[in-house]
Amino acid sequence: MVAEISTANEIVQPESFAFDAESEAAIEKILKRYPPGKQASGVIPLLYVVQRQMKRQTGSAWVPNKGMDAVAERLGMAPIRVYEVATFYFMFNMKPIGKFHLQVCGTTPCWLRGSDDVFRACKEAAHVPGYGHTSADGLFTLTEVECLGGCVNAPILQVDDDYYEDMDYESTVRLIEALKRGERPAPGSVIGRQTSAPEGGPLTLLDVPGE
Amino acid sequence: MALSDKDRIFTNLYGLQDWRLPAARRRGNWDGTGALIAKGRDWIIEEVKNSGLRGRGGAGFPTGLKWSFMPKQSDGRPHYLVVNSDESEPGTCKDRDILRHDPHTLIEGCLIAGVAMGAHAGYIYVRGEYYNEHLVLQAAIDEAYAAGLLGPNACGSGWDFDLYVHRGAGAYICGEETALIESLEGKKGMPRLKPPFPAAVGLYGAPTTVNNVETIAVVPTILRRGAAWFAGFGRPKNSGTKIFCIQGHVNKPCNVEEEMSIPLRELIERHAGGVRGGWDNLLCVIPGGSSTPLIPKEVCDTVLMDFDALREQRTGLGTAGVIVMDKSTDLIKAIARLSAFYKHESCGQCTPCREGMGWVKRMMDRMVEGRAEVAEIDVLEQVTRQIEGHTICALADGGVWPVQGLIRHFRPMMEERIAAYKARKGSPAPTLPMAAE
Repeated sequence: MVAEISTANEIVQPESFAFDAESEAAIEKILKRYPPGKQASGVIPLLYVVQRQMKRQTGSAWVPNKGMDAVAERLGMAPIRVYEVATFYFMFNMKPIGKFHLQVCGTTPCWLRGSDDVFRACKEAAHVPGYGHTSADGLFTLTEVECLGGCVNAPILQVDDDYYEDMDYESTVRLIEALKRGERPAPGSVIGRQTSAPEGGPLTLLDVPGE
Repeated sequence: MALSDKDRIFTNLYGLQDWRLPAARRRGNWDGTGALIAKGRDWIIEEVKNSGLRGRGGAGFPTGLKWSFMPKQSDGRPHYLVVNSDESEPGTCKDRDILRHDPHTLIEGCLIAGVAMGAHAGYIYVRGEYYNEHLVLQAAIDEAYAAGLLGPNACGSGWDFDLYVHRGAGAYICGEETALIESLEGKKGMPRLKPPFPAAVGLYGAPTTVNNVETIAVVPTILRRGAAWFAGFGRPKNSGTKIFCIQGHVNKPCNVEEEMSIPLRELIERHAGGVRGGWDNLLCVIPGGSSTPLIPKEVCDTVLMDFDALREQRTGLGTAGVIVMDKSTDLIKAIARLSAFYKHESCGQCTPCREGMGWVKRMMDRMVEGRAEVAEIDVLEQVTRQIEGHTICALADGGVWPVQGLIRHFRPMMEERIAAYKARKGSPAPTLPMAAE
């Protein structure tokens, strides 16, 4: 059964989707977490499995219609239940994205610390006209996201699964240029902070037993 | 007097040490857990009650009391512990540090809480964006299983306990406990009507208690050091230590575990390097995550950071995400951006929220420009009152409170903006009386 739920005509949906061996191994582990008969709980985890497999196979992390159908079939769910979950949650890409997913947090805590500059740097360095667009070279998709929960390290630019923290215009440009060169800088604070400790070093937890 | 390191529960908050089990044990985690469990379910709940611990996820409900709502005897249905790690309230990033740097405080807490509520299984629902954090948590759980701390006869206690990690996928609403349960069951995260409360009908229709990460993670230390130790911090009914997230226009944003009831000014100046440009450059503070109404500088001068003191100022401690704004801030825009957030995150189930969040957002966008009539400030305020309290969950309440706080304390700023627009462009183009745009 073909599920044509996408309204945008330009999305080229694959003809078929089948879980590969790596995905099957992941699914086996996932479904052990839930009680017998409650395998519908696996719908979000399996949609992630689809998205990751698409990334492996095509270089673009997204969830095609056939992938949702495969999840529905595996979990014994009506396909519509899977579609509504996939479209309700923000992290599933319902159309192909670029090789790198630049996700700029624009919520107030990041905005107060300069997320507009991060956004501008993304547009200029990655050559993307604005949010919701992908660069012509297919490398970068730019998305505005809501609060990422890293507010004491604002502003944050999330690239795929990684948080880059304490960003500004220049560091955003440097990061994007590095990605273009095929480098993957270590995630975390780009100004050398120890995670969520104050800049310059922790003022507490200096007297802790342990190592 | 500041909290000393020996009284801090999250001794690896910044990840200065290893998060793995051997290092966690050296910091005191998993010390005598089996013996604590052996004291029994009633003792655990009584100790948590006596400690005065109130939920750290925003609502501040007494934790021991919440646990006591779980049925004493199973009627055949399993009991579930669900940990809310869908940390998404703008301004809040404390649970992230527990997951990635101190996961064993949480895992040990889950076992103890599981015993206290008669649960043999627990799920930790981690927001989808915390991908790297969830990997650490899962690895720590795997270590705990390998060491016999979880699974059959967990920690030699005679109690079987399994613990699982479940990732969300980017929906603020799933921080609401019944939406979280729906999501965990594989559905859209839409809150359920209450009653029945989760303690009667929760996950998979079984008795369930949902607690915040920080709430669960402080329990082992409370039991080891005693309820009186924890209750000794903060004012009565506001006990304990708390992780504060201090951010925005401060010189050195940071997370820090401090004593409850610490004065806001001391918190900012001692730990976060003070307000950018000095204390007198402060405009206002959102004290407890985006849903809590802002307080202007004159309140910030003296207010204490606890549930009751902030409630007296018509705001709240919430999640203790302290968003500081100095005098350079376009405050109307800062609040309008929060309105955009709540519009984006409304699940769409209740009409006042689905329609109202968008309406408020569009109205606020006009207030940012000043393209409005002064009387529309009153219309905006009245509409927020119509939204508040008329929905299944508290998302819409949290969505309108920041706007109410803005109008309460900074109405002259909004009027000035409107006057400036009129001076520049003449009277705004006539709009329909009730249309935001």
